[in-house]
Amino acid sequence: MSAADNVVWLGTPAFPEAARAALADTRLRANLRRATGTIRDKRLAVAAELEDWEELREAAATIKRRTLRHLDHHLLRLEKAVTAAGGVVHWASDAADANRIVTALVKATGEDEVVKVKSMATQEIGLNEALADAGIRAYETDLAELIVQLGGDRPSHILVPAIHRGRSEIREIFRREMGEWGRPAPEDLSDEPRDLAEAARLHLREKFLRAKVAVSGANFAAADTGTVAVVESEGNGRMCLTLPETLITVMGIEKVLPAFADLDVFLQLLPRSSTGERMNPYTSLWTGVTEGDGPRNFHLVLLDNGRTATLADEVGRQALACIRCSACLNVCPVYERTGGHAYGSVYPGPIGAVLTPQLAGIENAASLPFASTLCGACYDACPVKINIPEVLVHLRAEAVEAKRRDRLLPTSEALAMKAAGAVLGSPRRLATVQRLAATGARLLARDGLIGALPGPFARWSGTRDTPVPARESLRAWWRRTRPAGSEGRSTTAEGKGRR
Amino acid sequence: MNGRETVLSAIRGALSGVPDSERPDEVPTSHGRRADHVGPDVVDLFVERAAEYRATVVRVPPSGAAAAVGHALARSGARSLVVPPWLPEDLVPEGEWSLLADVPPLTVGQLDAADAVVTTVATAIAVTGTVALDHGPGQGRRALTLLPDQHICVVRADQIAPDVPEAWGLLDPCRPLTLISGPSATSDIELDRVEGVHGPRILDIVVVGDA
Repeated sequence: MSAADNVVWLGTPAFPEAARAALADTRLRANLRRATGTIRDKRLAVAAELEDWEELREAAATIKRRTLRHLDHHLLRLEKAVTAAGGVVHWASDAADANRIVTALVKATGEDEVVKVKSMATQEIGLNEALADAGIRAYETDLAELIVQLGGDRPSHILVPAIHRGRSEIREIFRREMGEWGRPAPEDLSDEPRDLAEAARLHLREKFLRAKVAVSGANFAAADTGTVAVVESEGNGRMCLTLPETLITVMGIEKVLPAFADLDVFLQLLPRSSTGERMNPYTSLWTGVTEGDGPRNFHLVLLDNGRTATLADEVGRQALACIRCSACLNVCPVYERTGGHAYGSVYPGPIGAVLTPQLAGIENAASLPFASTLCGACYDACPVKINIPEVLVHLRAEAVEAKRRDRLLPTSEALAMKAAGAVLGSPRRLATVQRLAATGARLLARDGLIGALPGPFARWSGTRDTPVPARESLRAWWRRTRPAGSEGRSTTAEGKGRR
Repeated sequence: MNGRETVLSAIRGALSGVPDSERPDEVPTSHGRRADHVGPDVVDLFVERAAEYRATVVRVPPSGAAAAVGHALARSGARSLVVPPWLPEDLVPEGEWSLLADVPPLTVGQLDAADAVVTTVATAIAVTGTVALDHGPGQGRRALTLLPDQHICVVRADQIAPDVPEAWGLLDPCRPLTLISGPSATSDIELDRVEGVHGPRILDIVVVGDA
């Protein structure tokens, strides 16, 4: 199995091509700008309410660091505690493993449908598709995931997966598709969010009441007590976690925390960072099974799927601290313009740009580390202080190295850099090239800007306009305006801006 | 090698840079954070913050609790009320509604058809306007506060913790826990917040204490 099969790889083109199409979609851009701007402002306001916000971030970062450095130890403690509380723990080294385990567990119940709580881990492994192959229908129950599922679409945001859809589109999807999956949408359905939510309530309630098996992800799990936590707003999570007889939770191995007591830090940071709320409406915590309350069978599937490879990279490892809040998406100038689909992975935005290449292998996502301006807004916003720009730069180097390894001939970038080195290394050659460039550029320019450049420069000019070089280079201007022979010590003084 | 061994050995391989001598609790964690973010008016803050989440909050003296519950039921027009085991009797109001005891356990169909449920809480959190249930006596199993459309929650003023860390110390991790901040809500459609999707659409909080 290759690394690319290890993670849901949507098979979209590399980021630059995918982004070009997204950039041309003005409605998408308007939806995104409004949405990310709204969450951004709310997040800043509620984060500012806590005067120890920075200390909380630091605490979260150090708890995650501690956990990751002894991950085996904490997972074994978690296994022991969950087992003692009546749960069953399974270990899955990759997506195929995890899908096989979950499918077998569902089959053992004799059921052919499951209700699902929104979960990044199960999207990552393509669980719904694997279940469908085994004749099991998986119903997404988060409103946004329902919109995405009914629309035959892909999520475009970690937290609000249908952010790219407007209300009238959602109304059309509901009217067209709900009947195929269960209770149809009302004939006179309007496009008011309240009515759309009501239609989803009625459509899903019959599924909740008859469901025997549920599949969820996990936001956190405490190693000392075996307690698993799911954070949500709508109550669909509570429905899935408590009404069915069997609950199967798929959890990335990095989600473990050493102790139940550590959760208070993350429950202060997560809602504020993700939705800009002081607390999300519902948080469910359960420890194994409880007599007379909730599922009788609880299975916890611990998922590796590229996480240990990420753990092995001492710079990249910090990406495993991610708590999937999506604050980095909402502040990212690149995400705001391209949307989530351009990233071609279930993890979009800045965190996706560092996580996906590590989980899937850099050779399968080589363009993603470059899908950033390195402005650092994501680092400032991250509640667990993941230094995303640092990891991006680190992965860029790896991407270049991987490309070099794969080729017998040097890349065009390498040739260009070599040529640039030769030119910049010699004042005489630089002057000649500048003179030629200025003349050539004026021939191509319109209104002081150059659009498409010829030949090897075409890829550069495809994403930006180039200003026309000055008629005269600084060096030429200097020689012309200063008397001959004045170069030397006085030049140095001028260069430092003394005058 | 089974999945467990494969994953564990991959983790150990990935962590070969961590010295063998380092113990798991020796990696420093920071302790600079505050225990709470509140002044002395914990109850006032709880009332204000819970109301911001569009819960309906009232404060009553101990003698007024049942009447406040009855008022909340009358306001929503509820005709049936689920009563969890060991709910204090003085919280059940006189009125026209039928009372549904969960002994023996009600079916999901019965719960779905019920209009309201009244419960106590394990603790509450002022800063976030949250009530926390551990589904002990007076709170019922989790489905009770999930399927009826109205949840009336009775909180004693002395149960309100100032902030998340303090409340956390009061919760028993061995019990199922549900933290509730306002009624069910979604912001999935153009980020317009809509109350009421799958959980109770009405959350009433009755704060009992001598104010």
